[in-house]
Order: sequence, then structure tokens, then C-alpha cells
Amino acid sequence: MNVLEVRGLGVDYQSATGAVHAVADVTLDLRRGEILGLAGESGSGKSTLANAVARLLRPPAAITSGSVLYRRRDGTEADVLALGPKQLRAFRWKELAVVFQSAMNSLNPVATIGSQIDDVLRIHAPDLSRKARAARAAELLQRVGINADRLRGYPHELSGGMRQRAAIAIALALNPEIIIMDEPTTALDVVVQRDILHEIGALREEYGFAVVFITHDLSLLMEISDRIAVMYAGRVVEVGTARALRTAPRHPYTEGLLRSFPRLRGPREELLGIPGTPPDLRSPPPGCAFHPRCRHAFDGCADERPALLPVPGGEVACRLNEGAGADTAAREAS
Amino acid sequence: MIVLEGRNLTKHFTAARGRWGRRPPVRAVEDVSLALRAGRVSALVGESGCGKSTVARLLAQVYPATSGDVLLRGEVVRAHRGAAFRSYRRQVQLIFQDPFASLNPFHRVRYHLARPLRVHGHAKSDAHERELVAELLERVSLTPVDQFMDKLPHELSGGQRQRVAIARALAVRPVALIADEPVSMLDVSIRLGVLRLLEKLADESGLALLYITHDIASARYFAEDITVMYAGRLVESGPAEALTQAARHPYTRLLLESAPDPDRVTPRERQRHGEPPSLADPPGGCRFHPRCPVALPVCSTTVPGRTELGDGRWTHCWEAAGD
Ligand SMILES: Nc1ncnc2c1ncn2[C@@H]1O[C@H](COP(=O)(O)OP(=O)(O)OP(=O)(O)O)[C@@H](O)[C@H]1O
Ligand SMILES: Nc1ncnc2c1ncn2[C@@H]1O[C@H](COP(=O)(O)OP(=O)(O)O)[C@@H](O)[C@H]1O
Ligand code: SF4
Ligand code: SF4
Ligand SMILES: [Mg+2]
Ligand SMILES: [Mg+2]
Repeated sequence: MNVLEVRGLGVDYQSATGAVHAVADVTLDLRRGEILGLAGESGSGKSTLANAVARLLRPPAAITSGSVLYRRRDGTEADVLALGPKQLRAFRWKELAVVFQSAMNSLNPVATIGSQIDDVLRIHAPDLSRKARAARAAELLQRVGINADRLRGYPHELSGGMRQRAAIAIALALNPEIIIMDEPTTALDVVVQRDILHEIGALREEYGFAVVFITHDLSLLMEISDRIAVMYAGRVVEVGTARALRTAPRHPYTEGLLRSFPRLRGPREELLGIPGTPPDLRSPPPGCAFHPRCRHAFDGCADERPALLPVPGGEVACRLNEGAGADTAAREAS
Repeated sequence: MIVLEGRNLTKHFTAARGRWGRRPPVRAVEDVSLALRAGRVSALVGESGCGKSTVARLLAQVYPATSGDVLLRGEVVRAHRGAAFRSYRRQVQLIFQDPFASLNPFHRVRYHLARPLRVHGHAKSDAHERELVAELLERVSLTPVDQFMDKLPHELSGGQRQRVAIARALAVRPVALIADEPVSMLDVSIRLGVLRLLEKLADESGLALLYITHDIASARYFAEDITVMYAGRLVESGPAEALTQAARHPYTRLLLESAPDPDRVTPRERQRHGEPPSLADPPGGCRFHPRCPVALPVCSTTVPGRTELGDGRWTHCWEAAGD
């Protein structure tokens, strides 16, 4: 049921002052049709991970280890990191599409919205007639809530929210199995953001694609995701259902994040926050990278890096949970 | 005590003459009245582009208002340049969203704090200046102070830079501080510390503080009262808890419904609410009327006046005026 399996992935940025380990030993599954939220502070490696999976990394970034496996519905598989240029063209848009934070950067400013959708269709679905392509483009825009008469419009004539919708329409054009959204709504008005999130949810129900939704806004992720992966200093430190993370976070970092943002409703709970600042990835702290900021840290935390281990309802990389490991999970499952 | 006040502030930006002749002015702020009190945190909440920063700059006398007045301790001030501006700046300070852009990258922390102390004549000697710089760093919790004094901006994290910006604003001993999205560019895990610091300053030093934000949940926690702005106009104001728990204006309600909230109980509904209007051509009457679920015929023709709701609450809405 996994559509994507990331195993032991490592990505470095080479720089004059040493390599930045932006993604380190990441193992993560994306299930078919799920919305997987990817949370973490800025610089924690979320975009680098997404770009690696989409094969969009450019130097000085380089993949240093690991594998990414894509599983089609028909049972065939593709080793994403080994795809050649031709296979990559077939993979992008058709099997995996990406929506970036700034739609203005992903849309071509001098081409109409219609011609940009048409380009994707013409290149990737050559058997569609011109008329069929035009009809499909109009249908796609309507799907995301834009009037079809905007097909002849240019990106600068659309508001920020409409441009973001147009970028989503293009991502949907070829019915991909996976859509990666990197902070797709961060620049938008919260009301417009909510409308777009509803739209994404409804389209997902209809088409069954899986979504990787990246944002630093954990409260937003809790609302829209099925599962959430939390990254810290290039590593996944906790994975679980949105509900499990919200009601019973296991990693002290997840707990700190959850207790850092003010709630709109209910009693005004005391906010805990997280002391200190995120580490410099050129020289992350030894052992558990979170230990200098962790309120539960104990002697061993600086010596040995905790592995991401299964726990009931998910996985966590924290030495506090090593006791409650796989055996407990197995027991509860039976 | 009211320290700083804006009365009926209006700001229209006239666009430069374009290729197709004059473009209409941007009506960024219309008839905004706000009062900041000593020792109190007030929040101004609204979405990107609604005019919050323009209000901040008007209050800070960065540019003159098209109409309306700014009052400092009850006196109308017009101090946009020269000695009058410098004297005003000693009393009203601004903190910006971007802690990366607001500090000179070539100067150490010590310089950023010593300069305002010297310019405004607070430091009597070198030793005294050093003492005051240390005290400022202490107040914003950049300790050990000896270590932070000699750092360059790039050696500091975003949260630490924002603390330096706050310390610099405090150096001139202002009576009012306008913080324009002071934590929006900071990571969630460090926002809290900066907001707590601002809260402490208002509390302990009697500063009048305007906290400008698009995050209404944070305003609930850190401000005593909240004023909500939409498309250049104020729409509702009241004590933070009352306003967020029982909003009266339809826009405030929409804002609250839309804000991310993991505790949300109502299921997801699929609905389109449209987008905020262009301020070059805002809708007539109530600017929210094209998006308002309860709009009345009068809403599209006439701007709603202020309706007092009691307990320090008011709103600009025809629907509320009718009750
Ligand atoms: N100097 C200027 N010239 C022309 N228009 C301006 C100028 N400054 C602001 N505006 C316009 O005034 C309106 C309000 O801008 P303002 O920066 O106050 O909004 P804001 O609510 O603070 O937005 P944000 O959260 O994005 O900073 C916008 O439509 C903006 O484009
Ligand atoms: N082009 C680049 N060159 C060098 N370092 C980079 C580059 N892009 C990102 N990084 C570094 O990689 C780390 C992860 O970045 P990124 O994946 O963009 O984080 P996020 O998306 O979570 O904000 C950060 O330490 C960042 O500074
Ligand atoms: S391993 Fe130790 S330092 Fe790391 S999160 Fe767990 S308790 Fe904290
Ligand atoms: S004045 Fe009319 S349009 Fe405006 S918010 Fe009130 S009811 Fe809605
Ligand atoms: Mg990013
Ligand atoms: Mg602003």
C-alpha cells in the first residue's frame, strides 16, 4: 500500500566551510492516497528531502546515500534515484508533481495559464487531440475554482490565491499518484488558504493521489494530515498519525512544538516553548542532535544517536522511548 | 493613560504616472482610530496587505497621513523630519518583521546599542555606555552579555537578532513601541520567547505596545485588547478573550473559522469565500460586503458607523447596528 519508500536517504550541500548534512539517514513511507504532513523548523531539511524525492536537486546538493522506491498500482516499481533523463520526464507530472511555495516562480510569467496547462498535456499526453486538451484545461481550472475564461489570462493578472490554484491545476493535469506541496499556502491569506486546503482535500478524495504537505505550521498539519513526520536537524525524529501526535506526542521536540503555539479556543494553556536555537548543520551536536534543547535529556543523550524505532501508533527516535519499543508495539497490535 | 493615539487616520498612496496615465491611488488606510495605553499590549490583527504596516508607519511619523491626526500624550504631532522627528523617535520606536534586514551586517551588537545611547545623550562616559549596553542585553536576555556584545549580526540566530532590535529600540527609552509582525519570520519554537519579552517590557517598564500580527491566536495570548482590520478599515475591537471567543463582526468570525486550529470540532466544509479586494478599487459601502454571508442592501452603499457593544467592545457593521 506504500506508493513511495524512502530508505536511508542522505543529502549534503557542499560548501567552502564544509558539508551541510541537510538530510541524514531518512527512512519514510508514503501510503497510497494519504496526506502526509512534513513538519520542522526552517533549515530542518524538509524542502531538501522533497526535492531529492522529486529529483529536483541541483549542485551543490548531492545525494550521499539511500534509495527511493516508487510503486505503481500495477505492481511495477521504479528506482527513482536511478531514472534516466527520458524516464524522469515520464515520471514527473504523470506520477509525481510538485507545487512550490511561490506559484509565481513555478508559472511562466510570459505564457497564458491555458498554454501552460496545454504544454504539460501536449508533452506528456501526446495522444490527446488539441480539442481534448483545451477541454481538459478548462475542466482543470474549474476544478480548482477558477473560471475557465482565465485560460487566456497571464499569471500577473491573477491574485496570489488564484495563482496558487492554477499551479495546483497544472499539478493535477496528468492525474499523478503523488503531489508534493512545499509550503503551498504560506504566502496566502488564511481565509484563502483554508479554501485551497478544502479544495485539495476534496480533489484527493476524488482522484486518490497521495500528498506530501510541507509546512512549519504544525497546527495546520494536525488539521489536514493523515500522518505527520517531524524533522529535526535533517532527521525524521517522529512519525505518527495526526491524532497520535496531537494527543500523545512522544518526542520531546514534537511536544515542545505543540506547546509553543497559542490556541484559539479552549482554556489559555501555559505555553512551554523550546529553549535555545536550531543547530548549525555543519556541526550538529553529537548523539541526539536535540539534546542541548531537550528538557528531558539525560547523560547518555549526547553520546549515542537514538534510532527511529517503532512505537504504538508510529515511530520515534528518542532514548526515552527505547524501552517502549517494538515489543510493546507488537503486543498492542495483537 | 493614553500615550499614543491615531484619530481618523487615512492614507492614500498616489501611484506614479504609469505608461497609461495616472493610476488610481491605493486607499491603504481609511479612517483608522487607535489608542495605546501605558503598560498595555494592544494588538492590531489583519491579513497581509490590509494596511497594518501603513498604520504602524503613520503612528511612527514615517510619512504624513492624507488626513487625520497622531497624538502623543494628547498633543497633535507632525514631526516627519529634522529635530522634531528625532525627538519624536526618542519616544516612539518601531520594530520590524525582518530581523535580518534591520541590523547593519558590518557592526557588532555593541555598536548597534551604543549608537542610540550616544545620539540621544543617555551615555555620560565610555564606562557608563558599556554599563548601559550590558543592561540592555540583560533586559532582552542576551546573556552572558560579554559574549553577545562583540558578535556580528550573522553570528546570531533570527530570534537573537530580533532581541538585539528590541534592545536597540529600548536604548532610547521610548514611551511607546510599535512591533510590526515581530515574530512572523521566526521559527515557532523561538517566537514564544520574543513575545514573552515584549509582554514583560510593557508590564515592567510601562511601555505602550502595539503588537501587529496576522496571527489572531497569538494576539489572544499576548494582548489585552485586539483591533481587527480588513481592507484598510477597522472592523471590530474589544478585550482579547471576549473578541476571540465571541466575535461580532462577520469578517472576524471568518478569520477565526479560517485560522489553523488542531482543536477544531466542526468538520471540513467545502466553500469558497472569495479574496480580499484590491485597495486601488475597494468595494463601496462596507468593504467586506462582497464576501459577507449576512450582507444587507444598505451594506453595499453606505459605510457602517461604529456600534458600541459595551464592555469596551465596538464594531462597524450594519447587521450589529440593527440589533
Ligand atoms: N509606499 C507605498 N506605495 C504604494 N502602495 C503602498 C505603499 N505601501 C503600502 N502600499 C499598499 O498599501 C496596502 C497596505 O500595505 P501594508 O504594507 O500596510 O499592508 P500589511 O497589512 O502590513 O501587509 P503585509 O502583512 O503583507 O506586510 C497594500 O495594498 C500595499 O500594496
Ligand atoms: N543551496 C544551498 N547551499 C547550501 N546550503 C543549503 C542550500 N539550500 C539549503 N541549504 C541548507 O540545507 C539545510 C536544509 O534546508 P532546507 O531543506 O531548505 O530546509 P527547510 O525547507 O526545512 O527550511 C539548511 O541548513 C540550509 O541552510
Ligand atoms: S534522546 Fe535524549 S536528548 Fe534526545 S530527545 Fe530523547 S531525551 Fe531528549
Ligand atoms: S456591514 Fe453588512 S456587509 Fe459589512 S460585515 Fe456587516 S453585514 Fe456584512
Ligand atoms: Mg523550505
Ligand atoms: Mg506588513
